[in-house]
Amino acid sequence: MTDLTKLTLKSALDGLSKGDFTSLEITDAFLNKIDAINPKLNAYTLVTHEKAREDAKASDARRAAGNAGALEGAPLGIKDLFATKGYRTAACSKILGEFKPEYESTVTSNLWRDGAVMLGKLNMDEFAMGSSNETSAYGPVVNPWQVEKKLTPGGSSGGSASAVAADLCLAATATDTGGSIRQPASFTGTVGIKPTYGRCSRWGIVAFASSLDQAGPIAKDVTDTAIMLKSMCGHDIKDSTSLNVPVPDFAAAVSRGVKGLKIGVPKEYRLDGMPEEIEKLWQDGINWLKEAGAEIVDISLPHTKYALPTYYIVAPAEASSNLARYDGMRFGNRVDGKDLIDTYEKTRAAGFGAEVQRRILIGTYVLSAGYYDAYYLKAQKVRARILEDFTKAWEKCDAILTPTAPSAAFPLGQKQTDPIQMYLNDVFTVTTNLAGLPGISVPAGVDVNGLPLGLQVIGKALDEETLFAVAGSIEKAANFTAKPNL
Amino acid sequence: MTVEASTPVFTAFKTARPDQWVKGVTGDWEIIVGMEVHAQVAANSKLFSGASASYGGDPNSHVSFIDSGMPGMLPVINKFCVEQAVKTGLGLGAKINLWSRFDRKNYFYPDLPQGYQISQYLYPIVGEGELEVESEDKSTIMVGIERIHLEQDAGKSIHDLDPDATYVDLNRSGCALMEIVSKPDIRSPEEAANYFKSLRSLVRYLGTCDGNMDEGSMRADVNVSVRRPGGELGTRCEIKNVNSTKFVAMAVAYEARRQIEILEDGGSIDQETRLFDVKTGQTRTMRSKEDAHDYRYFPDPDLLPLVITQEWVDGIKATLPELPSAKKHRFINDFGLSAYDAGVLVADKEFSDYFEEAAKGTDAKMVNSWLTVELFGWLNKNGVEFANSPISAKNLGGLVKLIQDGTINGKIAKDVFAKMIETGDEPAAIVEREGLKQTTDTGAIEKAIDDLMATQPEKVTEAREKPKMLGWWVGQVMKSTGGKANPAIVNDILKKKLGIE
Repeated sequence: MTDLTKLTLKSALDGLSKGDFTSLEITDAFLNKIDAINPKLNAYTLVTHEKAREDAKASDARRAAGNAGALEGAPLGIKDLFATKGYRTAACSKILGEFKPEYESTVTSNLWRDGAVMLGKLNMDEFAMGSSNETSAYGPVVNPWQVEKKLTPGGSSGGSASAVAADLCLAATATDTGGSIRQPASFTGTVGIKPTYGRCSRWGIVAFASSLDQAGPIAKDVTDTAIMLKSMCGHDIKDSTSLNVPVPDFAAAVSRGVKGLKIGVPKEYRLDGMPEEIEKLWQDGINWLKEAGAEIVDISLPHTKYALPTYYIVAPAEASSNLARYDGMRFGNRVDGKDLIDTYEKTRAAGFGAEVQRRILIGTYVLSAGYYDAYYLKAQKVRARILEDFTKAWEKCDAILTPTAPSAAFPLGQKQTDPIQMYLNDVFTVTTNLAGLPGISVPAGVDVNGLPLGLQVIGKALDEETLFAVAGSIEKAANFTAKPNL
Repeated sequence: MTVEASTPVFTAFKTARPDQWVKGVTGDWEIIVGMEVHAQVAANSKLFSGASASYGGDPNSHVSFIDSGMPGMLPVINKFCVEQAVKTGLGLGAKINLWSRFDRKNYFYPDLPQGYQISQYLYPIVGEGELEVESEDKSTIMVGIERIHLEQDAGKSIHDLDPDATYVDLNRSGCALMEIVSKPDIRSPEEAANYFKSLRSLVRYLGTCDGNMDEGSMRADVNVSVRRPGGELGTRCEIKNVNSTKFVAMAVAYEARRQIEILEDGGSIDQETRLFDVKTGQTRTMRSKEDAHDYRYFPDPDLLPLVITQEWVDGIKATLPELPSAKKHRFINDFGLSAYDAGVLVADKEFSDYFEEAAKGTDAKMVNSWLTVELFGWLNKNGVEFANSPISAKNLGGLVKLIQDGTINGKIAKDVFAKMIETGDEPAAIVEREGLKQTTDTGAIEKAIDDLMATQPEKVTEAREKPKMLGWWVGQVMKSTGGKANPAIVNDILKKKLGIE
């Protein structure tokens, strides 16, 4: 029998549909592989063996009864930021301890509605704050590529990317506040899409920065991410920022081609000191799309250079308020002090890691009286300008091509001591979060060391279909078949 | 869309009337008061969650995951609460802002589960309006309304159940509050109390708040400062959470006196937040300006700006009931009531509804007097709530009708009234049962008069010399007829028989 874990989501769904194997069989295959490989990678923080097998059996019964959903029987990994009813949801923070919510996030509910099976919870940077998965209270995740080198899988959705790349699930949920889906996808040779802000409900996802957070999938190829996204998204009255728009058949757009599309190439994304191989990769992408019939146009996104500083004001500001609820009073861990204030301080000092504390401090500072106008308000103005840049660009093009990240995966520990170096990882990805636009990362090549590199396609709001078409075209041309050797 | 942020700069243009000035050792002082009233929206569910907003219940029994600040929970605005705020704004003749926004007010406290309160800081839903308020000299003043904004209530910390622990009840957490901010147009303790009373009356008319002060549905933060009449504004102190009209007046009076004493001793007022102690009638420091929080307000990213349409507002406007001030003017014009009487009746919608029901098809002024003198008198004396009045409006109106159509006279009516209180029966049935019907049978009255004249001839002579004796004779006849004779008829016959013009 073939190794079921190596299947793509699409082929697995086909196999299940044809009766080649059952959900229980493929679920067991994943559970066995997780048990064998996860200790090396630390991608899962919780493996829900029993629930997975129960889900799988129930799924097989539904299929037998002729009630198969769009993801029927597909074993998935769930980022620890999504509330899973009755199963530890800690956002990989000590402060939440063994918190088991009494509710299920809308996105995961949608997946279970469509018949998917939960394998467990995936590791991530604490509260999704980080670009290397090193801020997790459960320890860093190891990139399955050249595993002996102990490279980062990227962050914050490091567990999701690592698990998908290592075939520890068919696909995974992830979230992206500044690049947390796309950068890990780029580092692990997987595909990740951050849809338009408002496509996926945020209800039941532990909040980091509410105006930027957006859920999306990481999967093995473009078609798989399209299938996953269709199930994940949809209007939710429980989230006031959720968009009430129809959900297209994203997968149908993957093979649409790019003939006649105008692809913008922004000059501001050409950074000083960017590795040559990233430049080359970008040029490859341009050539592939040209060959496939797209027209390449030079565009300008003049406020790009302000995106990163703007992001590192807006995101911490919102986070400092969103994380105020972790006070040890109602759930999670508490460290008792001599009085209320002391209890708050001890609880939060012990519960939050250094990076989370840093961002709470930055966020509190930029919202403080006397600093608000200079930082937060200014950042909001710049944010509006960044959106304007894109709006102008859409007059000239249908989608934008950029590198996903300024480098390939780097060794764990290398940038941990320098937050600025770490923040620079998000330089190509934060703009779409600030503008609320969709962005996809698709593997396009390898660097000199044989590590995967991704290209990013940015699209108009709610135009994920064009994104999938462009990504599908790149995927076909790049013919990226390399896999990590585990 | 351009929207002006609301950043009030308070000025007090009006100078108090000299009779409102407070005498100090060094001269006269003027009291300046502005109030922030928190009125809980009368709604079934909370401002941003579906949990019950009803009062009481076991601790923490009306709490959703949103109200308890669970990770990943999101607020969704309750349209009904927005409608109530708009309605209240319309009742105050205020500008309704079609674009408003929710901000987060950040601070830590155990009864604030999210670590922030969702409120409308810069862009409130209701802008400037005004409210008619009675001053202590019975004149009417207009108090400006600065704004009304919607916000979440916090939970309740309970400190006295355990010496070492504080308990938290989140039932109220997330309930919708309207914060109604006045301009500093109030100039005396009485005006402050009357403002609170008028506001309460208004929201109860509108049905947007039940006005139940015992349950904390309405509480006032009272800002008090003093100045030389018409002079520079003084430093204000804010007295938190005053929950009755009486206490508002007491707090203002005490606080003004305290500030005047400090100033006259050469001291200065510290801007601070104070508490009113209902036991001593005094205010005391709660926190000084130095301890003031930096709330780090910023727009709540979980909520879109609140956008409503003029059509929707117009639709709400069309449903507004008649408001107290309009009703007062109508009562004066249509029923001929005095401004004072009309004011008493419209102060409470229950009173005016009762009055109008009772006054249907009968003498409104007489109904007013039976209601405000007799019924209110009995209720007060016996400590009975108006809502539990033993006499229905219909029956009180019926009693007045019986007097008007001559079935009973005023004296008998008081006996009937007493029986109505006792039994709750209809007045006509009581009159019938007790045989209290007034005698208009002139033959019977003539006979009673003849009998009396025959037994007391000397009084007859006396009366013919002194016509003022007529009153004594009427009394005698009424007595002999058990009070049932029609006094007018008795009068006529007596005059004829005694030969008095």
